[in-house]
Amino acid sequence: MKKLRRSMLFIPGSNAAMLSTAFVYRPDSIMFDLEDAVALREKDSARLLVFHTLQLTAYHGIETVVRINPLDTPYGLKDLEAAVRGGVEIVRLPKTDCAEDIHKLEREVDRIERECGREHGSTRLMAAIESASGVVNAVAIATASPRMDSIALAGFDYVVDMQTQRGDGTELFYARCAILHAARAAKIDAFDVVFSDVNDDEGFLKEANFAKRLGFNGKSLINPRQIELLHQAYAPTEQELRKAERIVNAAEEAERQGLGVVSLNGKMVDAPVVLNAQRILALAKPAFVQA
Amino acid sequence: MEIKKEAICGTLESNDLLVKVAPRNGLEVTISSEVMRQFGARIREVVEETLKQMGVSQGQFVIEDKGALDCAIRARVQAAVLRGCDSEELNWRGL
Repeated sequence: MKKLRRSMLFIPGSNAAMLSTAFVYRPDSIMFDLEDAVALREKDSARLLVFHTLQLTAYHGIETVVRINPLDTPYGLKDLEAAVRGGVEIVRLPKTDCAEDIHKLEREVDRIERECGREHGSTRLMAAIESASGVVNAVAIATASPRMDSIALAGFDYVVDMQTQRGDGTELFYARCAILHAARAAKIDAFDVVFSDVNDDEGFLKEANFAKRLGFNGKSLINPRQIELLHQAYAPTEQELRKAERIVNAAEEAERQGLGVVSLNGKMVDAPVVLNAQRILALAKPAFVQA
Repeated sequence: MEIKKEAICGTLESNDLLVKVAPRNGLEVTISSEVMRQFGARIREVVEETLKQMGVSQGQFVIEDKGALDCAIRARVQAAVLRGCDSEELNWRGL
């Protein structure tokens, strides 16, 4: 069963205090941001802070992601050197518009891994899609490299590109669905947008539940307070959990008996139903079960 | 590497440090910290080790520490040195 990736917490790469302590929040993934959260004059220092922070043993067990600057800026390639050499698990490329953006990134990652002696292919890639072009090319982007791990929708730039603004979610509906379908077709993960009003728990939960129902693995987060809310939203209900347990138990019993067909209460249970039940149990393990 | 100009890096926020560098003959490292008694020797060790790794043997370094971890000390010293040397070239192997 894959590792859960419900919560991806953004941490500004220039903030030494947050970099030194963010592991205590135990999100599923931590994203050190070298792009928008870092002022231009602090890019050099932030890059080094992230490079050294990646090697802190306190972060072992938490998936690490670095959002680099785009490769066509003076900062992108330097950020990539720091991230890959620092041992990051996933590089997040912002403003990914087409498959060639991933190919360029992949070539540089190949080179850096070779130069620093890191295992080839051990750096995975995440594409952040922030434009209409990116959404239209989502399938090509998602399948652009065997290193591709996930795609994420970034809502703010996208709605500007679409000449609209954030509202009730209608403005993001097509992009969410397109990105999700591309991710599932490519067998990779998909992350929903950040919810920027950290004081609006109700609005956050509504959006998190919507993303969950669509099928997103999780959301990008900008505040640690949102982690527990999100994990609760993704936790199965008691009823879902008991049903999943019965299905998985029946599947395990069938396997023990060498039976090709799983049945529960006299009804045949298809393989995808068993897989879904296993996924629900995995979601419950580290999370609260909803009442 | 040679410190060519005055430069500064970091902040005085908790868990961070401020590093000031300036050209000077010989090496002078001055450290003040809220946790000087417990960790002063360790802070000096990390600063001097970082300078050595970067090939810096001369310059004035004033460190005001606010309880930073080793990783932050290394990063801020390295960035301050690079700024003071007017350089963006990093020897990653030496870090």
